[in-house]
Amino acid sequence: METGIFDVTGPVMIGPSSSHTAGAARLGKAAGIIADGKLVEADCELSGSFARTYKGHGTDKALAAGLLGMDPGDESLKDALETAEKRGLRLRFIKKDIPDAHPNTVRFRLKTEDGRETTITGSSIGGGMIRISALDGYPISLSCETPALITFHEDKPGALSRVSSIIYENGVNIGSMVLQRSSRGRSACMCFETDSPVSRKTADEIRKLPGIGRVILFNPEETK
Amino acid sequence: MNDNSYPAANSAADIIELCYQNRIPLSEYAVRSECERSGMSPEEVRDKMHRRLDVMGSSISEARKRPVYSVSGLTGGDAERLERYLKTGKTLSGETALTAMAGALSAAEVNSAMGRIAACPTAGSCGIVPAALEAARERLGLDEEAMLDGLLAASAVGLVIGSNATFAGSEGGCQAECGSASAMAAGGIVAMAGGSPKQSFDAAAIALKSVMGLVCDPVAGLVEIPCAKRNAMGAVQALAAADMALARIESKIPFDEVLEAAVSVGRMMPEALRETSNGGLAVTPTALRMREHVFGEEA
Repeated sequence: METGIFDVTGPVMIGPSSSHTAGAARLGKAAGIIADGKLVEADCELSGSFARTYKGHGTDKALAAGLLGMDPGDESLKDALETAEKRGLRLRFIKKDIPDAHPNTVRFRLKTEDGRETTITGSSIGGGMIRISALDGYPISLSCETPALITFHEDKPGALSRVSSIIYENGVNIGSMVLQRSSRGRSACMCFETDSPVSRKTADEIRKLPGIGRVILFNPEETK
Repeated sequence: MNDNSYPAANSAADIIELCYQNRIPLSEYAVRSECERSGMSPEEVRDKMHRRLDVMGSSISEARKRPVYSVSGLTGGDAERLERYLKTGKTLSGETALTAMAGALSAAEVNSAMGRIAACPTAGSCGIVPAALEAARERLGLDEEAMLDGLLAASAVGLVIGSNATFAGSEGGCQAECGSASAMAAGGIVAMAGGSPKQSFDAAAIALKSVMGLVCDPVAGLVEIPCAKRNAMGAVQALAAADMALARIESKIPFDEVLEAAVSVGRMMPEALRETSNGGLAVTPTALRMREHVFGEEA
């Protein structure tokens, strides 16, 4: 995306590092939105520079803050580890080398109140910008700058056309789409980046389609 | 180019020409190009920048009033020290330079204490632009609106850098972070003092030339040593560069070419000197002891 004056002068954030603190908070927040529910457990596997310097940069606090729904500029970010404990979120930070990953990468293993587990991998790619690169084992690519819709479905013909029709009928333009499947005929994951947000009502329509599993809405305004 | 088009900032030369043709200051270019890019109104752009200015104002004053220490415990308290020294009235480089230094140190210390700052252009270089602009504002007796125009003009300089180079220390070394900030601040100060867009970019060029090749070598990988003091120096250099440009001294090498040279120097820079903490100050015996103190042996 073309550079604007607020990319140059900004963001407003809690220090000390745009990539290790602000980016980490945004990653945590994005992961929390994707996991969609009250988090009770979060294992954060830190790779590369995240693993080596996370304590000095408050990366752990920033990740926790993001998972709790805080923004990078929220002054309560530095108390996020204590806040997580109070809110019943058990956090663990594990140094783990993720091969071929960007130097600042984290893999979240999240568990929500209802027992659902979600694994999300993302990287802080500079200046506070982030990229989500995997969801439950499926490679996806989410800049978290534009709205997105992620769906899981049984790998049967027609799913893509049915979901994209509903998006189209609701007046939303698709900017990019990636479809990945675990193996033929099993399950698949679709990731749409859209020009405007998909509404909750539209998401509910998609949920009613045959063979559709989880549907995740992602609104970037929630991670800025 | 017609009067209503403010395209992306591809070069300083383009922006200078556009400002000249439309008889607008650099700050107005920044506003109009952002309106065109984002669809915001001029009022919304100014309001949003004003909110950043408010955060900057707190960050450059907080650590001057009381000592602020970093999370690692390695640094802190220097902004308050400088503030006390400034108040003695017996300084060598004078009140304006000292105010800039103290403000820049303050923002850097607030940043490493996990306080709230506005990255400009990065968190590690967040003190330079606001502190240099505020020192100039006080010296020139200007109001906050003038300061906002200065920040917008500085952002216009930053747009050219962001579009043609990088702000990442891991790509271009410290010249990309504190160097960019110093160039932005110099350009912003000139605009506040009533200089032309051409003079702003001359000041920016002079500032960037003087830190060309500056390496990024943070001790223990933390945004503290030598970052905080480089913020102070970057702010003072911005004032000096602005003074030269306001005296109608031109940069013999135009800004666009200086920037291109900085990009090429960044490419030639070994990885050890680009934020990896594998060279420069980061591998001195004292730095290695500090790293062990903070992270233990395994780091």
